[in-house]
Amino acid sequence: MTLLQSENVGFRYHSPWVLRHVSFHVEKGSFVGILGPNGSGKSTLLEIMDGILTPQEGMASMDGRSIRTMSRRDIARRVAVVPQDYAGIFAFTAREIVLMGRSPHLDPWSFEGKRDYELVDRVMVQTDTLSFADRSLDHLSGGERQRIMIARALVQEPRVMLLDEPTAFLDIRHQVEIMNLLKSLNKNEGLTVLAVTHDINLASLYCDRIMLLNGGTIHAEGPPAEVMTADNIEAVYGLPVVFGNHELTGRPIIMPRV
Amino acid sequence: MKSFLSSWSIKPVTLGRVFKICLLLLLLLFTVSIVSLFVGAADITLITVIRDLLPLGADGHKALTPAEKSILLSIRLPRVILAGLVGAALSMSGVVFQALLRNPLADPYILGISAGSAVGAVTGILLGAEGLILGISGMAFLGAILSVCVVFGIAGTGRRLETTTLLLTGVMVNAFFSAVILFVFSISDHLQLQRAIYWTMGDLSLADGQAVLYAGFFLFIGMAFIYRYARSLNILATGEETALQLGISVGKTKIILLTAASLVTATAVAASGTIGFVGLIIPHIMRLIVGPDHRLLLPVSLIFGGAFLVLADTMARCLVSPAELPVGVITALCGAPYFLVLLHRRVSP
Repeated sequence: MTLLQSENVGFRYHSPWVLRHVSFHVEKGSFVGILGPNGSGKSTLLEIMDGILTPQEGMASMDGRSIRTMSRRDIARRVAVVPQDYAGIFAFTAREIVLMGRSPHLDPWSFEGKRDYELVDRVMVQTDTLSFADRSLDHLSGGERQRIMIARALVQEPRVMLLDEPTAFLDIRHQVEIMNLLKSLNKNEGLTVLAVTHDINLASLYCDRIMLLNGGTIHAEGPPAEVMTADNIEAVYGLPVVFGNHELTGRPIIMPRV
Repeated sequence: MKSFLSSWSIKPVTLGRVFKICLLLLLLLFTVSIVSLFVGAADITLITVIRDLLPLGADGHKALTPAEKSILLSIRLPRVILAGLVGAALSMSGVVFQALLRNPLADPYILGISAGSAVGAVTGILLGAEGLILGISGMAFLGAILSVCVVFGIAGTGRRLETTTLLLTGVMVNAFFSAVILFVFSISDHLQLQRAIYWTMGDLSLADGQAVLYAGFFLFIGMAFIYRYARSLNILATGEETALQLGISVGKTKIILLTAASLVTATAVAASGTIGFVGLIIPHIMRLIVGPDHRLLLPVSLIFGGAFLVLADTMARCLVSPAELPVGVITALCGAPYFLVLLHRRVSP
C-alpha cells in the first residue's frame, strides 16, 4: 500500500529548479534511503514530503491526500522528522524534549496526561534513553542527543519518519546503533522510514529501497542491489569506485578507487 | 499515576503544580505589596489602619486622618498596584522575546522596543492625544509594533538571533529612538518636557486609578493570548523548523505572540515610561529556579516580576526620602551589572 507519493514534483527557490519531474512512491512499512551528492535536492525533497515546502509543480500526497491541503498539526500527527542535530536554547531536559513530541496530539491550554507520560517512558526505554532522561540536552553526547531526537519523533506516533542525515555527526558505533534502532522499529512496529543520508554503505545495508538523486531528478530507484551499481554511482558522484559485497548480507559495498 | 511518576527525579509540569507554585508566589507578592503600602515619607502603620477599620474608639476619633487616608488610598495604593502590573508586564514580554529570538539576553528595553513605545507615547503627548481615550496607550502600542518589526525583520525567520546582532540592533534602535525623543523634547514646551523626561527614565509617580485600570485590562488580554501559546513557546525555543515539524503554524503563532508582547510592553511604557532590565533579570532567575517550561515560567515570572518592581519602587520612594528617584534608576542599577555578568559568561564559557 502506498503511503507517500510524489507525482512529477518540481520545486525552485528562485530561478534554477532544485527538483524537477520527481515521481516516486513509498510503500507502507518500507525503509527507503535517499542518496545523492551535495545539492542534489535530498533535503528539499524531505521538506516537501513534510509539507514545509510546497512544490510549484506536481503534487506530494499522503494516503492519497495532497499534503498541501493538510494543516501543520495534521501533518505532525502523521509525519515525524529527525533533524541532524538539536539546536535549541534553554536547559530543557531530555525528557522534556521527548514530551514535546506529544504536542500535535494536545489541545491548546492543555497539559500532558497519564497516557502521554507512559508513552514517553515506554519510548525512552525502547530508545535506551531513560538513563539520562533528566539531564539537559547540552550535556549529552551526539549519539545520546540523536536518540532523544528519535524518541521525540516516536512519541508523535507517526506513520512515517523522515530523517535528514541522522548519523552525520556520529562515530561508527553510534551510527550503527541508530540504524539498528530504526531497523527494529521498521521491522517490529511497521514504521515507515525515509532517510536522507550521505553514507552509501549504511544505506545499502539497511534500506529496502534506495532512491538516487542527481541534479534534482531521480537517477535510479529500486532495491540496493539494482541501484548501487558502478555505473550509477560513478555517473552520480563523478567518482570511480570499487565494489565489494558485505560478507554477511551480500549487499553491495562501495569504496572510492584510490 | 503517583507510583509511576515517582520514578521521575524532575517533576513534570502539571496544572496542579503551576497553581500551587503560583499561589505561593502570589502570597509573596501580596506581602511585599502590603509592606510597600506602609513604607514612605508619611508614617502610617498597619496597626493604625486596622484600628481605623474597627468601630470608633473611646475618644470618638477615626485613627486615620483624612490626609493619611488619601495618601494611602489615592497615592500609595494605585502606585503599588501599578508597579506590580508594570513589573509583571515587562517580565512576561521579556520571556516571550527571549523564546522567540532564542536568546536569553533579549529584553524589551535592550531591544529598543520600550524606546519605540516611548517615542509613540511622547509623540502622542506632543500631538495632544492625551485628550483621547487611550490616545497615549494607542500611540505607545504603535511605537512598540514598529520597533518589533525592525528587530524581528533583522532577526529574520528560522535562524536564532546571535547575541552580537541582538546587542547591535538594540543599540541602534535605542540610539534612533533616543534621537527622536530628544527631537520631540526640543520642540515641546516646558510643561510637557518635565513629563517627557520622566517618561524616558521610567517612573511610577503618576499612578492613579485610571492608569491601574488600563494597565490591568491590557495586561490581562496580553497575558491570556500569550499563555494560550505557552507550550508552543517551549517548542519555538528549540527552533522554528522543529516547531513546524511538531505541528505549530509558526508564522501565525509568532505574529500573535509578538502582537501580544508588544501590547504588554506598550501597556507598561504608557503607564510608567521605559523601565529597563526587569524583563531580563526576572525570567533569567525564574528559569534557574523553575526550569524552562513556559507553562510554569510565564506565570511565575509574571508574579515575581510584579513583586520585584513593587520592591524596587518602594526603594525608589524611600532611598532619598523625602525626594524620590525614578524606579528605572533602581532597576538599571541592579540590571545592568547582572546583564554584564550574563554576557561575560556567554562570551567566555
